[in-house]
Amino acid sequence: MLAIQLILIALFALIVLKTVFRFRAGDLNWKELIFWLIFWLAAMVIVISPDSTFYLANKLGIGRGADLIVYVALVLLFIMVFGLTVKLEKMNRDITKLTRKNTLNNEEKK
Amino acid sequence: MIFVVIPAYNEEKNIGRVVRGLIQYGYANIVVIDDGSCDKTGEEARIAGAVVLHHTINRGQGAALQTGDDYILLRGASVAVHFDADGQFDAADIAPAIKLLQEKQLDVVLGSRFLDNRSRIPFFKKFVVFPVGRLINFFLTGLKLSDVHNGFRILSRHALEQIHITQDGMAHNSEIIAQIKKKNLKFAEQPVLVYYYEYGQGIGGGLKILRDWILAKLIK
Repeated sequence: MLAIQLILIALFALIVLKTVFRFRAGDLNWKELIFWLIFWLAAMVIVISPDSTFYLANKLGIGRGADLIVYVALVLLFIMVFGLTVKLEKMNRDITKLTRKNTLNNEEKK
Repeated sequence: MIFVVIPAYNEEKNIGRVVRGLIQYGYANIVVIDDGSCDKTGEEARIAGAVVLHHTINRGQGAALQTGDDYILLRGASVAVHFDADGQFDAADIAPAIKLLQEKQLDVVLGSRFLDNRSRIPFFKKFVVFPVGRLINFFLTGLKLSDVHNGFRILSRHALEQIHITQDGMAHNSEIIAQIKKKNLKFAEQPVLVYYYEYGQGIGGGLKILRDWILAKLIK
Protein backbone atom coordinates (compact mmCIF):
# COMPACT_ATOMS: atom_id res chain seq x y z
CA MET A 1 0.00 0.00 0.00
CA LEU A 2 1.24 3.46 -0.86
CA ALA A 3 1.89 6.07 1.80
CA ILE A 4 -0.70 8.40 0.30
CA GLN A 5 -3.31 5.67 0.60
CA LEU A 6 -2.57 5.20 4.29
CA ILE A 7 -2.69 8.94 4.95
CA LEU A 8 -5.97 9.39 3.09
CA ILE A 9 -7.62 6.41 4.78
CA ALA A 10 -6.57 7.67 8.20
CA LEU A 11 -7.92 11.10 7.30
CA PHE A 12 -11.24 9.74 6.05
CA ALA A 13 -11.59 7.57 9.14
CA LEU A 14 -11.14 10.66 11.28
CA ILE A 15 -13.78 12.50 9.24
CA VAL A 16 -16.19 9.56 9.65
CA LEU A 17 -15.63 9.66 13.41
CA LYS A 18 -16.19 13.38 13.43
CA THR A 19 -19.40 12.95 11.43
CA VAL A 20 -20.71 10.46 13.97
CA PHE A 21 -19.86 12.83 16.82
CA ARG A 22 -21.61 15.67 15.02
CA PHE A 23 -24.68 13.47 14.64
CA ARG A 24 -24.63 12.60 18.33
CA ALA A 25 -24.34 16.27 19.23
CA GLY A 26 -27.45 16.92 17.16
CA ASP A 27 -25.77 19.01 14.42
CA LEU A 28 -26.68 16.48 11.71
CA ASN A 29 -29.94 14.64 11.14
CA TRP A 30 -30.36 11.01 10.08
CA LYS A 31 -30.39 11.72 6.37
CA GLU A 32 -27.25 13.83 6.50
CA LEU A 33 -25.47 11.23 8.61
CA ILE A 34 -26.22 8.47 6.12
CA PHE A 35 -25.30 10.63 3.14
CA TRP A 36 -21.91 11.57 4.57
CA LEU A 37 -21.13 8.07 5.83
CA ILE A 38 -21.79 6.62 2.38
CA PHE A 39 -19.80 9.45 0.81
CA TRP A 40 -16.69 8.91 2.94
CA LEU A 41 -16.87 5.14 2.85
CA ALA A 42 -17.06 5.29 -0.94
CA ALA A 43 -14.06 7.60 -0.89
CA MET A 44 -12.18 5.00 1.16
CA VAL A 45 -13.05 2.24 -1.27
CA ILE A 46 -11.76 4.34 -4.14
CA VAL A 47 -8.52 5.06 -2.30
CA ILE A 48 -7.96 1.41 -1.43
CA SER A 49 -8.74 0.24 -4.95
CA PRO A 50 -8.41 3.09 -7.44
CA ASP A 51 -9.07 0.71 -10.33
CA SER A 52 -12.63 0.26 -9.12
CA THR A 53 -13.58 3.54 -10.81
CA PHE A 54 -12.03 2.46 -14.07
CA TYR A 55 -15.03 0.34 -15.06
CA LEU A 56 -17.55 3.15 -14.55
CA ALA A 57 -15.27 5.71 -16.19
CA ASN A 58 -14.94 3.56 -19.28
CA LYS A 59 -18.69 3.11 -19.50
CA LEU A 60 -19.06 6.90 -19.47
CA GLY A 61 -16.36 7.38 -22.06
CA ILE A 62 -13.81 8.86 -19.70
CA GLY A 63 -10.35 7.39 -20.08
CA ARG A 64 -9.11 7.24 -16.52
CA GLY A 65 -10.83 6.51 -13.23
CA ALA A 66 -8.99 9.42 -11.62
CA ASP A 67 -10.49 11.80 -14.17
CA LEU A 68 -13.98 10.57 -13.34
CA ILE A 69 -13.36 11.32 -9.68
CA VAL A 70 -12.17 14.83 -10.45
CA TYR A 71 -15.20 15.53 -12.64
CA VAL A 72 -17.66 14.21 -10.09
CA ALA A 73 -15.94 16.11 -7.30
CA LEU A 74 -16.08 19.37 -9.28
CA VAL A 75 -19.77 18.98 -10.05
CA LEU A 76 -20.53 18.17 -6.41
CA LEU A 77 -18.55 21.20 -5.26
CA PHE A 78 -20.42 23.51 -7.63
CA ILE A 79 -23.75 22.19 -6.45
CA MET A 80 -22.74 22.67 -2.83
CA VAL A 81 -21.43 26.20 -3.39
CA PHE A 82 -24.64 27.10 -5.19
CA GLY A 83 -26.71 25.69 -2.34
CA LEU A 84 -24.68 27.63 0.19
CA THR A 85 -24.98 30.87 -1.78
CA VAL A 86 -28.74 30.55 -1.90
CA LYS A 87 -28.87 29.72 1.78
CA LEU A 88 -26.75 32.74 2.64
CA GLU A 89 -28.97 35.01 0.58
CA LYS A 90 -32.04 33.74 2.40
CA MET A 91 -30.33 34.23 5.72
CA ASN A 92 -29.45 37.77 4.71
CA ARG A 93 -33.07 38.50 3.95
CA ASP A 94 -34.16 37.08 7.28
CA ILE A 95 -31.61 39.22 9.09
CA THR A 96 -32.97 42.27 7.28
CA LYS A 97 -36.51 41.37 8.32
CA LEU A 98 -35.39 41.00 11.91
CA THR A 99 -33.50 44.28 11.83
CA ARG A 100 -36.51 46.07 10.34
CA LYS A 101 -38.90 44.61 12.89
CA ASN A 102 -36.57 45.61 15.69
CA THR A 103 -36.29 49.15 14.30
CA LEU A 104 -40.05 49.59 13.96
CA ASN A 105 -40.74 48.06 17.40
CA ASN A 106 -38.29 50.45 19.02
CA GLU A 107 -40.00 53.34 17.30
CA GLU A 108 -43.42 52.30 18.61
CA LYS A 109 -42.18 52.14 22.19
CA LYS A 110 -41.07 55.78 22.11
CA MET B 1 -49.36 63.84 4.32
CA ILE B 2 -46.09 63.96 2.45
CA PHE B 3 -43.18 62.02 3.92
CA VAL B 4 -39.59 62.19 2.74
CA VAL B 5 -37.66 58.93 3.21
CA ILE B 6 -33.87 59.13 3.29
CA PRO B 7 -31.72 56.03 3.77
CA ALA B 8 -28.36 57.08 5.16
CA TYR B 9 -25.15 55.21 5.85
CA ASN B 10 -22.19 57.14 7.20
CA GLU B 11 -23.37 60.47 5.82
CA GLU B 12 -22.71 62.70 8.85
CA LYS B 13 -21.11 65.31 6.60
CA ASN B 14 -24.11 65.65 4.27
CA ILE B 15 -27.23 64.51 6.08
CA GLY B 16 -27.72 67.67 8.17
CA ARG B 17 -27.56 69.90 5.11
CA VAL B 18 -29.92 67.64 3.16
CA VAL B 19 -32.52 67.57 5.96
CA ARG B 20 -32.35 71.34 6.54
CA GLY B 21 -32.69 71.93 2.82
CA LEU B 22 -35.87 69.85 2.73
CA ILE B 23 -37.30 71.67 5.76
CA GLN B 24 -36.58 74.99 4.04
CA TYR B 25 -38.73 73.84 1.17
CA GLY B 26 -41.53 73.13 3.61
CA TYR B 27 -41.29 69.36 4.03
CA ALA B 28 -41.96 68.75 7.72
CA ASN B 29 -42.10 64.95 7.79
CA ILE B 30 -38.62 63.72 7.12
CA VAL B 31 -37.65 60.18 8.05
CA VAL B 32 -33.97 59.30 8.00
CA ILE B 33 -33.08 55.64 8.30
CA ASP B 34 -29.66 55.44 9.89
CA ASP B 35 -28.54 52.16 8.38
CA GLY B 36 -26.14 51.08 11.12
CA SER B 37 -23.73 53.98 10.56
CA CYS B 38 -20.57 54.13 12.65
CA ASP B 39 -20.46 57.92 12.55
CA LYS B 40 -22.90 60.53 13.83
CA THR B 41 -25.36 60.31 10.94
CA GLY B 42 -28.34 59.65 13.24
CA GLU B 43 -27.49 62.49 15.60
CA GLU B 44 -26.90 65.00 12.80
CA ALA B 45 -30.22 64.09 11.20
CA ARG B 46 -32.11 64.44 14.47
CA ILE B 47 -30.55 67.81 15.25
CA ALA B 48 -31.49 68.99 11.77
CA GLY B 49 -35.10 68.05 12.49
CA ALA B 50 -35.73 64.60 11.05
CA VAL B 51 -37.29 61.55 12.66
CA VAL B 52 -34.48 58.99 12.83
CA LEU B 53 -34.95 55.23 12.65
CA HIS B 54 -31.96 53.10 13.52
CA HIS B 55 -30.98 49.84 11.90
CA THR B 56 -28.88 48.10 14.53
CA ILE B 57 -26.62 46.71 11.80
CA ASN B 58 -25.97 47.82 8.24
CA ARG B 59 -28.41 46.15 5.83
CA GLY B 60 -28.04 48.20 2.66
CA GLN B 61 -29.92 50.99 0.93
CA GLY B 62 -32.80 48.83 -0.31
CA ALA B 63 -33.39 47.44 3.17
CA ALA B 64 -33.34 50.92 4.72
CA LEU B 65 -35.79 52.28 2.14
CA GLN B 66 -38.27 49.51 2.86
CA THR B 67 -38.00 50.15 6.60
CA GLY B 68 -38.78 53.81 5.91
CA ASP B 69 -41.71 52.89 3.67
CA ASP B 70 -43.15 50.54 6.32
CA TYR B 71 -42.83 53.26 8.94
CA ILE B 72 -44.52 56.02 6.97
CA LEU B 73 -47.34 53.68 5.95
CA LEU B 74 -48.03 53.22 9.66
CA ARG B 75 -47.91 56.99 10.08
CA GLY B 76 -50.56 57.50 7.42
CA ALA B 77 -48.47 58.82 4.54
CA SER B 78 -50.35 59.74 1.37
CA VAL B 79 -47.25 60.56 -0.66
CA ALA B 80 -43.69 59.31 -0.20
CA VAL B 81 -40.57 60.97 -1.52
CA HIS B 82 -37.44 58.82 -1.83
CA PHE B 83 -34.41 61.05 -1.52
CA ASP B 84 -30.65 60.51 -1.25
CA ALA B 85 -28.62 61.36 1.84
CA ASP B 86 -25.49 62.51 0.03
CA GLY B 87 -26.94 65.76 -1.25
CA GLN B 88 -26.92 64.86 -4.93
CA PHE B 89 -30.58 65.83 -5.40
CA ASP B 90 -32.21 69.22 -5.32
CA ALA B 91 -35.22 69.68 -3.00
CA ALA B 92 -36.67 72.10 -5.56
CA ASP B 93 -37.40 69.14 -7.83
CA ILE B 94 -39.87 67.59 -5.37
CA ALA B 95 -42.80 70.00 -5.66
CA PRO B 96 -43.18 69.76 -9.47
CA ALA B 97 -42.92 65.97 -9.25
CA ILE B 98 -45.67 65.76 -6.61
CA LYS B 99 -47.78 68.10 -8.70
CA LEU B 100 -47.34 65.79 -11.70
CA LEU B 101 -48.27 62.77 -9.56
CA GLN B 102 -51.45 64.38 -8.30
CA GLU B 103 -52.57 66.08 -11.49
CA LYS B 104 -52.21 62.99 -13.62
CA GLN B 105 -53.25 60.67 -10.79
CA LEU B 106 -50.10 58.61 -11.16
CA ASP B 107 -48.76 56.04 -8.74
CA VAL B 108 -45.08 56.73 -9.26
CA VAL B 109 -42.91 59.56 -10.55
CA LEU B 110 -39.29 58.64 -11.28
CA GLY B 111 -36.51 61.17 -11.44
CA SER B 112 -34.42 61.26 -14.57
CA ARG B 113 -31.12 62.98 -15.25
CA PHE B 114 -31.62 62.93 -18.98
CA LEU B 115 -34.85 64.73 -19.66
CA ASP B 116 -33.18 68.08 -19.43
CA ASN B 117 -29.52 69.08 -19.44
CA ARG B 118 -29.11 70.51 -15.98
CA SER B 119 -27.06 67.60 -14.63
CA ARG B 120 -23.38 67.59 -15.49
CA ILE B 121 -22.77 63.93 -16.05
CA PRO B 122 -19.22 62.61 -16.41
CA PHE B 123 -18.51 61.72 -20.03
CA PHE B 124 -17.79 58.02 -19.53
CA LYS B 125 -20.93 57.58 -17.46
CA LYS B 126 -23.12 59.36 -19.96
CA PHE B 127 -22.00 57.53 -23.06
CA VAL B 128 -20.89 54.14 -21.80
CA VAL B 129 -22.15 53.23 -18.32
CA PHE B 130 -25.71 54.52 -18.59
CA PRO B 131 -26.59 53.19 -22.06
CA VAL B 132 -25.41 49.73 -20.99
CA GLY B 133 -27.25 50.06 -17.69
CA ARG B 134 -30.43 51.12 -19.47
CA LEU B 135 -30.26 48.14 -21.78
CA ILE B 136 -29.72 45.66 -18.93
CA ASN B 137 -32.49 47.31 -16.95
CA PHE B 138 -34.84 47.00 -19.91
CA PHE B 139 -34.08 43.30 -20.22
CA LEU B 140 -34.55 42.73 -16.51
CA THR B 141 -37.64 44.81 -15.92
CA GLY B 142 -39.34 45.26 -19.28
CA LEU B 143 -39.75 49.00 -18.77
CA LYS B 144 -38.01 51.46 -21.04
CA LEU B 145 -36.78 54.45 -19.07
CA SER B 146 -34.55 57.37 -19.85
CA ASP B 147 -32.54 56.88 -16.67
CA VAL B 148 -31.31 53.98 -14.60
CA HIS B 149 -30.84 53.74 -10.90
CA ASN B 150 -31.98 57.14 -9.97
CA GLY B 151 -32.89 57.31 -6.28
CA PHE B 152 -35.37 60.15 -6.72
CA ARG B 153 -38.93 58.82 -6.58
CA ILE B 154 -42.37 60.01 -5.64
CA LEU B 155 -44.82 57.27 -4.64
CA SER B 156 -48.53 57.42 -3.97
CA ARG B 157 -49.92 55.54 -0.99
CA HIS B 158 -51.23 52.92 -3.37
CA ALA B 159 -47.73 52.43 -4.78
CA LEU B 160 -46.28 52.26 -1.26
CA GLU B 161 -48.68 49.48 -0.41
CA GLN B 162 -47.94 47.59 -3.63
CA ILE B 163 -44.18 47.84 -3.84
CA HIS B 164 -42.18 45.69 -1.51
CA ILE B 165 -38.39 45.84 -1.71
CA THR B 166 -36.62 42.57 -1.02
CA GLN B 167 -33.28 43.58 -2.55
CA ASP B 168 -31.22 44.86 0.35
CA GLY B 169 -28.44 46.26 -1.81
CA MET B 170 -28.48 48.55 -4.82
CA ALA B 171 -30.51 46.18 -7.00
CA HIS B 172 -33.63 47.52 -5.25
CA ASN B 173 -33.72 50.18 -7.93
CA SER B 174 -34.37 47.71 -10.74
CA GLU B 175 -36.65 45.79 -8.41
CA ILE B 176 -38.90 48.81 -7.89
CA ILE B 177 -39.09 49.34 -11.65
CA ALA B 178 -39.93 45.67 -12.18
CA GLN B 179 -42.72 45.91 -9.61
CA ILE B 180 -44.12 49.05 -11.23
CA LYS B 181 -44.45 47.04 -14.40
CA LYS B 182 -45.74 43.88 -12.75
CA LYS B 183 -48.36 45.61 -10.60
CA ASN B 184 -49.44 47.90 -13.43
CA LEU B 185 -48.71 51.09 -11.56
CA LYS B 186 -49.09 54.31 -13.51
CA PHE B 187 -45.82 56.16 -13.72
CA ALA B 188 -44.04 59.02 -15.41
CA GLU B 189 -40.51 60.35 -15.53
CA GLN B 190 -39.63 63.81 -14.38
CA PRO B 191 -36.38 65.69 -15.02
CA VAL B 192 -34.25 66.15 -11.92
CA LEU B 193 -30.93 67.79 -11.25
CA VAL B 194 -28.16 65.52 -10.02
CA TYR B 195 -25.00 66.99 -8.57
CA TYR B 196 -21.90 64.88 -9.10
CA TYR B 197 -19.58 65.00 -6.13
CA GLU B 198 -18.17 61.55 -6.46
CA TYR B 199 -18.23 59.06 -9.24
CA GLY B 200 -20.78 56.79 -7.63
CA GLN B 201 -21.03 53.04 -7.95
CA GLY B 202 -18.77 52.41 -10.92
CA ILE B 203 -18.79 49.23 -12.95
CA GLY B 204 -18.04 46.90 -10.03
CA GLY B 205 -21.18 48.19 -8.34
CA GLY B 206 -23.15 47.54 -11.49
CA LEU B 207 -21.92 43.96 -11.67
CA LYS B 208 -22.89 43.41 -8.04
CA ILE B 209 -26.39 44.64 -8.83
CA LEU B 210 -26.62 42.14 -11.67
CA ARG B 211 -25.39 39.34 -9.43
CA ASP B 212 -27.93 40.21 -6.70
CA TRP B 213 -30.67 40.25 -9.29
CA ILE B 214 -29.81 36.86 -10.78
CA LEU B 215 -29.51 35.34 -7.32
CA ALA B 216 -32.94 36.65 -6.37
CA LYS B 217 -34.43 35.09 -9.51
CA LEU B 218 -32.89 31.74 -8.61
CA ILE B 219 -34.25 31.82 -5.07
CA LYS B 220 -37.83 32.43 -6.14
